[in-house]
Amino acid sequence: MDTRNDIKTFILENFMLGRNREELEDSVSLLDMGIIDSTGILELVEFVEKSYGVKIEDNELVPENLDSIDNLVTFIGRKTA
Amino acid sequence: MKFTKDSLKIDAAKVADELSQTILTQISSKLKKTGAVVGISGGIDSSVVVALCVKALGPKRVIGVMMPEGESSPDSERLARTLGESLGIETFVEDISAGLEGLDCYRKRDEAIKVVFPEYGPGYKSKIVIPRNILEKDKINVFELAIETPDGETKSKRMPVSAYLQIVAATNYKQRLRMTTLYYEAEKRNWAVAGTGNKDEHEQGFFVKYGDGGADLKPIAHLFKIQVYQLAEQLKLPKEIIDRTPTTDTYSSEVTQAEFFFGLDFYPMDMLWYAMENNVEPSEAAKVLGLTTEQAERGYANIKRKVDATSYLRMNPLEINE
Repeated sequence: MDTRNDIKTFILENFMLGRNREELEDSVSLLDMGIIDSTGILELVEFVEKSYGVKIEDNELVPENLDSIDNLVTFIGRKTA
Repeated sequence: MKFTKDSLKIDAAKVADELSQTILTQISSKLKKTGAVVGISGGIDSSVVVALCVKALGPKRVIGVMMPEGESSPDSERLARTLGESLGIETFVEDISAGLEGLDCYRKRDEAIKVVFPEYGPGYKSKIVIPRNILEKDKINVFELAIETPDGETKSKRMPVSAYLQIVAATNYKQRLRMTTLYYEAEKRNWAVAGTGNKDEHEQGFFVKYGDGGADLKPIAHLFKIQVYQLAEQLKLPKEIIDRTPTTDTYSSEVTQAEFFFGLDFYPMDMLWYAMENNVEPSEAAKVLGLTTEQAERGYANIKRKVDATSYLRMNPLEINE
C-alpha cells in the first residue's frame, strides 16, 4: 500500500475539491495553510484509523503527527510497524 | 507599540456614548427603522447590547426577547428578567421548544449522539467540548462529545465526523429559530434586530450563520470580551449578570464558552490576540502576560487558525461575479 499516495488522494478529494495534486506539497502545514480545519481533523483521524486499523490516542493528536503529509506518513509508519 | 497589561482598557464612558450614537444613526438613517429587538439570555453580551440600545433609543423603543427551550438554564430567564426590570424595557418569553420539536431538532441530534453513546436517552445531558487550554501543549483541537448520565456520571469520547456534523446541524436549529423569532418581533414593529456577538465570537466564528449571526446591526462585534465587561460595569448592569460564567446555552449539559470553543480564558486570549494584531513579538507578549514565548506562539497560531477557518461564516452569499 502506498501510504503517501493514499493520504494525498484522501486530502485532495475531501479538502481540496477541484484543485491540482501539485498544489499539495508534502511538507506544508495542513492547518496553517487552511487546508484542514477542526472538522477536517476529525475526518482525517477517522480516515487514518479506519484505513490502517490503528487507534489514535488523545496525546497523539499533535501537529508533529498529523499536520502534513510527511508527518502523517511517518506517524502511520510508526503506528503500523 | 508599547504592549502592557492595560492595553485593552477602554474609556468605557466614551465608548458607550459613541456606540449609542452609532446605533441611533444606523437604525434611523441606514436601516430606516424605529427601534431595536434584542434576544436576551441573561448573559453579558446581550445585556450590554440591550443597555446600549436603550441609551441610544430610550426604553420604549427596545424590547428584549427571551427564547428558552426545554434544555435552557432556568437562570437565563431569571437574569434576563432582572435585566429588563433594571433597564425599564419590555421583555417577554417566546418558548421555542415546540418549534424545535416540530423541526425534529432533538430527535435528529439524539440519533447522532446514540451513534457514539448507544445508552444515551431521557434524563441524559450532552455537550460538545474541545480539549482545555490550548497554550499548554501544541495540541490539535478535536471536538469531543461529553454526556452526563442521569446519575451524574460523565463520559467523553471523540466522535465520527458524521455524528459531529449531525449534532451541530441539529443544534443550530436553536439559534436559527431564535433568529426567525426575533425577525418576527422586529418586522411587526418595523424595528431592527440587534445582534449580540462580540469580537471573540464574531471573528473566531463562534456563531451560527443565519442564526445568532443573523442581525441588522452588530454593535459590539469589534469589542474584545474583556472590553465588553468594562462596558457592562460602566452601564451599571446587574452584578449577577457581570459575574456569570459565559455559557453557550445551547447544549443540555452546561458548557462554558471556554470549554466549548475558545479553549482559553478570555483575558489571555484577548490580550494575545490584540498583541498579534498589533505585531507585538510573541516573546514580548509572553513577558507581559506571564507566559512562555512558546505558549504565546501557540496562542497566536490557534487564534489565527480559527479566524481563517471560519471566514466563510462571515461571508455574504457569493454572487457569480465575485
